[in-house]
Amino acid sequence: MADFIMPSLGADMTTGILVNWLVEVGDQVKHGDSIAEVETAKGLFEVEVFNAGVVDQILVQPGSEEIAVGTVLATIAEGDAADVAPTPTPAPTKIAERRQISPVAHRLAAENHIDLSQIEGTGSQGVICLADIERAIGGTVREKVPHLSAEPKKTTDFKAGVRQAIAAAMSLSNREIPHYYLATDIDMSRSLRWLEEQNRQRSIRERLLPVVLPLKAVALALGKVPELNAYWVDGELQLKQAVDIGFAITLRGGGLMTPALHNVDQLSLDQLMTALSDLITRTRSGKLRGSEMTDAGMTVTGLGDLGVRTVYGVIYPPQVALVGLGKIAEQPWAEEGALSVRPVLTATLAADHRAGDGHQGGQFLDALNHFLQEPENL
Amino acid sequence: MTNTDIKIGQSLVSQEQSLHFLRQMLRIRRFEEKSAELYSAMKIRGFLHLYIGEEAVAVGIAEALTSDDAVVATYREHGYAMVRGMSMGSIMAEMYGKVAGCCRGRGGSMHLFDAEHRLYGGNAIVGGGLPIAVGLALADQLQKKAQVTCCCFGEGAMAEGEFHESMNLAALWKLPVLFVCENNFYAMGTALQLSESIVDLSSKAAAYAVQTATVDGMDVIAVAEAAKKASDTVRETGGPFFLECRTYRFRPHSMFDPELYRSKQEVEGWKQRCPILSLIQRLKKQGWIDDSGLEEMEQEIATEIATAVDFAEQSEWESVEDLSKFVHSDSGVN
Amino acid sequence: MGELELRKMTYRDAVREGLREALQKDERVFLIGEDVGRYGGCFAVSKGLLDEFGSERIRDTPLSESAFTGAGIGAALGGMRPIVEIMTVNFSLLALDQIMNNAATYLHMSGGQFNVPLVIRMATGGGKQLAAQHSHSLEGWYTHIPGIKVLCPATLEDARGMLWSALIDPDPVLIFEPAVLYPMEGELAERAAAVNIDRAKVHREGKDLSLISYGSCLHKCLDAAVILAEKGIEVDLLDLRTLRPLDTESFLASVAKTHRALIVDEGWRSGSLSAEISARIMEQAFYQLDAPVERICSAEVPMPYAKHMEEAALPQVTTIVETARRMVHG
Repeated sequence: MADFIMPSLGADMTTGILVNWLVEVGDQVKHGDSIAEVETAKGLFEVEVFNAGVVDQILVQPGSEEIAVGTVLATIAEGDAADVAPTPTPAPTKIAERRQISPVAHRLAAENHIDLSQIEGTGSQGVICLADIERAIGGTVREKVPHLSAEPKKTTDFKAGVRQAIAAAMSLSNREIPHYYLATDIDMSRSLRWLEEQNRQRSIRERLLPVVLPLKAVALALGKVPELNAYWVDGELQLKQAVDIGFAITLRGGGLMTPALHNVDQLSLDQLMTALSDLITRTRSGKLRGSEMTDAGMTVTGLGDLGVRTVYGVIYPPQVALVGLGKIAEQPWAEEGALSVRPVLTATLAADHRAGDGHQGGQFLDALNHFLQEPENL
Repeated sequence: MTNTDIKIGQSLVSQEQSLHFLRQMLRIRRFEEKSAELYSAMKIRGFLHLYIGEEAVAVGIAEALTSDDAVVATYREHGYAMVRGMSMGSIMAEMYGKVAGCCRGRGGSMHLFDAEHRLYGGNAIVGGGLPIAVGLALADQLQKKAQVTCCCFGEGAMAEGEFHESMNLAALWKLPVLFVCENNFYAMGTALQLSESIVDLSSKAAAYAVQTATVDGMDVIAVAEAAKKASDTVRETGGPFFLECRTYRFRPHSMFDPELYRSKQEVEGWKQRCPILSLIQRLKKQGWIDDSGLEEMEQEIATEIATAVDFAEQSEWESVEDLSKFVHSDSGVN
Repeated sequence: MGELELRKMTYRDAVREGLREALQKDERVFLIGEDVGRYGGCFAVSKGLLDEFGSERIRDTPLSESAFTGAGIGAALGGMRPIVEIMTVNFSLLALDQIMNNAATYLHMSGGQFNVPLVIRMATGGGKQLAAQHSHSLEGWYTHIPGIKVLCPATLEDARGMLWSALIDPDPVLIFEPAVLYPMEGELAERAAAVNIDRAKVHREGKDLSLISYGSCLHKCLDAAVILAEKGIEVDLLDLRTLRPLDTESFLASVAKTHRALIVDEGWRSGSLSAEISARIMEQAFYQLDAPVERICSAEVPMPYAKHMEEAALPQVTTIVETARRMVHG
């Protein structure tokens, strides 16, 4: 039997509102199925289940109550639907008890990205109080990873919520991460020529956008330099297995989000294009899945559309690297003693100097360049 | 002013003085009739207590006061505001709630104040003004100022403890207060004999060793003469005086009063004794005014009222930003 | 040097010195109230002043709270600077109409034409076994009224100094003197600087808990603070001094430092001054709080006569200590 809990979709998400169940008791579920919709300050999320089995009990009914992160919402029994007898008793409608957190503790935790679900309260009747958070900041309590997004304040203003989340994450980044920056110019002649040929054979709907090439190349380069696909937590580097890349998507109302594209290294360019289109659509309509909010091991941000040549990005903690992509523009290019005009992409790397050094970064950019010179292998 | 002409109930004061009384009473009457009309048109809101029928009291009392004297009145005080010299415009604008009103629209009909004319309200708590008048007179006494504080109240206030406390203090400390009881026989809807064990009101004041007099409040000349005698006594002795003026309000207590407590016949009976009509009759008999003279006076008053209404209409509303002004002195402009 | 020498005196003496000083400084000042003259004041505060200033300026009144309070208002309007003494807060209810409907409203009702420069003093509070009609702490009630200022001197310095500051205020000021403090002894300089009547005073600084109080309860808090310090709890102790307008800034600053607030108020809890302070902390310093704001108030009963019962009804040092310890240590 496994518990399905109110997830923490961001370090500062302490509560969520259960809006809707997408399953019923007795339904078969598999890993990754979205089974509930949860409203947060940042919008509506579909929440995935991480166990396969059968929905055994639904413990919390949808409503308008704020439910604390970590609260068990349902239980999932192992096995097939046929093996599990339907639960005869109706689901209890008990509303989960809210964790007691003092206001100042709550605020300080938000400011410092402390995951309150990992804190043990030592105040009267187990209340999480200021001292508990101060201890946590001091490092005796491990922060749960990952948490890309911050949610400092409950607000019905989505735009303001996003802005606050960005503000919190970026402040933390600039405060704590010693960034180093590297840039390299990449000749895109081969890639673009190859892309043009590919697209000529496709209908308009099936065409690939140029961005998928560097995106895939980044994923493959991370395979060569896995230290950049990692988190820096409590003074140590934790490498990530899967190559999940956060992609910066501008929101229509302002602000941006960096949801993850999963397993980019294993996707074909067509699959990647489909996944990217889908991700952009869902991000802008506020329909992201929980794992997409939390899984990215590195982020790619491109501002070429606006004519930007070189992007010096700010790393999303606890990630350790961010790749910036500029505009692919024709430039004079000297090679083997001859001058010509080539489409050139300036790719930059912002990386966490605590987690690694420039040599590593240089290897990564070199690998990126290498993969973009062999587009047929992407 | 020649007081030698006065013969109560028989003769008149001088022609000039009599016409002045008439004009003042008519000003109050017509102003209040217009106020009632504007209330119905919702230009004036809140409580509106009309003085119609009682005009002789304010007009007669005013004749006994100087501009240095103070007046503390009740919520039925439009008449006092006018006879003290306040302009109809500042009163009307106040009732409109406009910033050009005497209290910038903070007071309304029940709370007319004017520092220049020493009118200290407009007090809408029955009996609440009496201690204030005692204090004003105490200040005058301590500062050795030969001024009179005139305190007007209805007979209803005489059932309040503050009447008795104030009468006692004024007598005990020999303070120059002219207490004027406007006995209109009804405390809102409760008749005098239903609220007082002794209906001879002067005897209550006399119990505190205060000099008293009672006068027909429907006769402006009688009131003027009695008030003169009373205020002279206050000035001479430095002590208080109690003057009861028996009068009657022709209209309901306030605009929203169906008058269940008194009969139409009773009201009609009193209206026969209207202070304005009876003065006009006497003036005509004397040959001091004719219809055309009266018409001319009415026209002048109508113009004054129209100007006041215009003034109120055109005045601005005070800015809501000023809401918290005048809670403390440092928050106000004065 | 002589002026700075400290002299032993009681709270009662300090109030009397304040009165004497005011009567000497300004001819417009006079004291009016029940038994202020020949009797020397119900609490002997004005003893000796009649001989010094005469019966015009130390004016005995009949038992007519409404009339002599109203007379004070009228005299203030007429150019004087009266000090009305109402024997105790309990009797002030008989003058409430004058205080609320006249003193507090004249300036506003008259559109700024008539201010009322009046001071009303009265004794307040329980603790003397005077039972249900003579033990009220109603100063919190008066803080509800816009247009008046409400002071409560807890120290000798304020008992003497607040009166003059109140007299030079152009508007009505009510001064509540806790009756149990009259015999309190202390030391005061011959001449002291004028005291302000708009700021709270920090009596102790500490990081663990804000103890917010005034009047006689301040002294219970001072005692409690000593005991708490022995137990390792450092309290930030605030004497509000002026109850209206409240010096909100001061107690918010304290809460920002300690993250915990305990209010000690002799008034009844429901609809009290302590409720107002608590509400302001919630409104303006919620995210500073590490524990719920707590209050120690008088039990919601008419004050009983028997000593042990009265003690049980009033805030006490032990309760303050226990509550503070629980709030800090859980």
